[in-house]
Amino acid sequence: MSSNKETFGKTVGFVFAVCIVCAALVSFSAVQLKPLQTANKLLDKQTKILEASNLLEKAGTKSKDIVATYNKYVEAKMIDLDSGDYIEGDTKLFDERRNARDASLSSKPENDIAGINRRSNNAVVYLVRDDAGKVDTVVFPIVGSGLWDLMYGYVGLEADLNTVKSVIYSDHKETPGLGAEVMNPKWKALWPGKEIYDDAGEPAIELVKGGAKADNEHGVDALSGATLTSNGVTNTLQFWFGEEGYKPFIAKNSGGLN
Amino acid sequence: MSDAKKVLTAPVFDNNPIALQVLGICSALAVTSSMANALVMTIAVVLVTAFSNLFISIIRNHIPSSVRIIVQMAIIASLVIVVDQVLKAFSYQLSKELSVFVGLIITNCIVMGRAEAFAMKEKPGVSFLDGIGNGLGYGFILMAVAFIRELLGFGTVFGVEILTLVQNGGWYQANGLLVLPFSSFFIIGGIIWAIRQWKPEQVEKD
Amino acid sequence: MEHYLNLFIKTIFIENIALSFFLGMCTFLAVSKKVSTAMGLGVAVVVVLGISVPVNQIIYQAILAPGALDGVLGITDPTKSVDLSFLSFITFIGVIAALVQILEMVLDKYFPPLYNALGIFLPLITVNCAIFGSVSFMVAKNLNLGESVVYGIGSGIGWALAIVLLAGIREKMKYSDVPAGLRGLGITFITTGLMAFGFLSFGGIAL
Repeated sequence: MSSNKETFGKTVGFVFAVCIVCAALVSFSAVQLKPLQTANKLLDKQTKILEASNLLEKAGTKSKDIVATYNKYVEAKMIDLDSGDYIEGDTKLFDERRNARDASLSSKPENDIAGINRRSNNAVVYLVRDDAGKVDTVVFPIVGSGLWDLMYGYVGLEADLNTVKSVIYSDHKETPGLGAEVMNPKWKALWPGKEIYDDAGEPAIELVKGGAKADNEHGVDALSGATLTSNGVTNTLQFWFGEEGYKPFIAKNSGGLN
Repeated sequence: MSDAKKVLTAPVFDNNPIALQVLGICSALAVTSSMANALVMTIAVVLVTAFSNLFISIIRNHIPSSVRIIVQMAIIASLVIVVDQVLKAFSYQLSKELSVFVGLIITNCIVMGRAEAFAMKEKPGVSFLDGIGNGLGYGFILMAVAFIRELLGFGTVFGVEILTLVQNGGWYQANGLLVLPFSSFFIIGGIIWAIRQWKPEQVEKD
Repeated sequence: MEHYLNLFIKTIFIENIALSFFLGMCTFLAVSKKVSTAMGLGVAVVVVLGISVPVNQIIYQAILAPGALDGVLGITDPTKSVDLSFLSFITFIGVIAALVQILEMVLDKYFPPLYNALGIFLPLITVNCAIFGSVSFMVAKNLNLGESVVYGIGSGIGWALAIVLLAGIREKMKYSDVPAGLRGLGITFITTGLMAFGFLSFGGIAL
């Protein structure tokens, strides 16, 4: 380190030059890759929604086919959770997680069994049509506390808005091998055909510790060794299909969707 | 040539950054639950270490010593951002799983340590190799830990089923301990023990 | 209030930054030979985290977060919204380095005894991934300002607690007969693993 490179002007100039080069590099990569990243994020979401409506196999694994299938069959609609009515809104820019942080766009649930603290006032539901154009699946986004953190996922219901088609988790931080078994295809295969509501119209769906009996139409086997995650799943479903969740919407549309 | 080879291979066994220099362990533990994650992390660290060494070595004679840490930091951080952006663009699933740990390469002491200890003194070419060597030394431990954890914890290697799990109708009862992140402490402890049995000169004195 | 207390306990015990996320491990393993030094470093980490997490939270939410600058720049069309979040890594590390530097100078000038006690640890902290990690988690968890203060201090205390505990064990371990190959680093790894195992039992506690 010779002393001639320690002058103030040179130091400032040098730091400035390094900053320019770094800034150029970073900005170039960020701007160039941005469209790809946005597309990836969207693709991830669309894949999950197709999976929740059993269309993923049909769509295949190519991203182009997934987007095409999604655009062909799926329609996103914004609803007001309290009234259950459709409302206007940009479903593409809707971000449940952001809204839940914003006091003007969300509210505190009275009975927060899912442990979400705040719930967005609006939600986006996905109407999935068959080839004839009739709605045959509705996909509802859900969120609720597991053991470690919030778990995000989707529930696909048949057009009667009671029979479960699938429960797909997209984002969770549960213990690998225990709670993370929510991602296990074997466990996911237990869901189809189960019913959300009991005869009185209350959400009765639950995970049963030690295994659900074969004739239990509301019960699914709990995850072994993951009691708290299982409770989290039960509470999440009970919350989202209860009064403070999608029940007003479901009650209004149980006669059939179009 | 033999010099270059030495620079490249020494950090893998003789002077491993994790096992001997206690550098860069943080990410070694959290991302080793699957081989795929560990491989991506290894590639990212090799690239960042190699290029930060290269760039810092190129400008080493011009860096004023009063601001050298922050200059190194800026270069490393820029490289990490580029890696993170590329990962998000081309492999969204993996970037979601690695989450904040890609960013943590910035504070991975291996990168900073090599920049300060090697690249500030040596020529660009050999610094580049040193970066690759240290990245690989880190990757070696990472892959070894991930291999043990994924094979015994999930019965798979790179996601390909080797031992069929009981849950999936097979015979292998997964080892629940190895699925959990902290099991890598035991594995790394074991690896250190093995390396030191093999090369006793590395044993620490009291 | 309850919410903050919950977060505080959660960050110290359940999501302990050292023993659940394994951040700051380099210094954690290197500077845990003596309880007194571990304590000094621990306090320094609490201070730096307590300041840097909220400061970075303000900067992130005001400038870097997607759409944060829209109001200032007068952008109303959501599709043109400015997203500078790709700059977050470099901003965070710069802010942390600057804060540590400032803290060092302030301590030197106004609190010389504290500076003498913490001084040697402060430069180490810039590259301590516990700091950078907590800041990144703050963004990932999308905390608000109040929460970020609690989160910063909480994770600092969690880290300090862990390193002091490990140093305590290592002081005692000097009297144990450890196999030659495991001596030093090897046995420290295994000890830390067992501590993490213990901390795992806090998992799932809800207040």
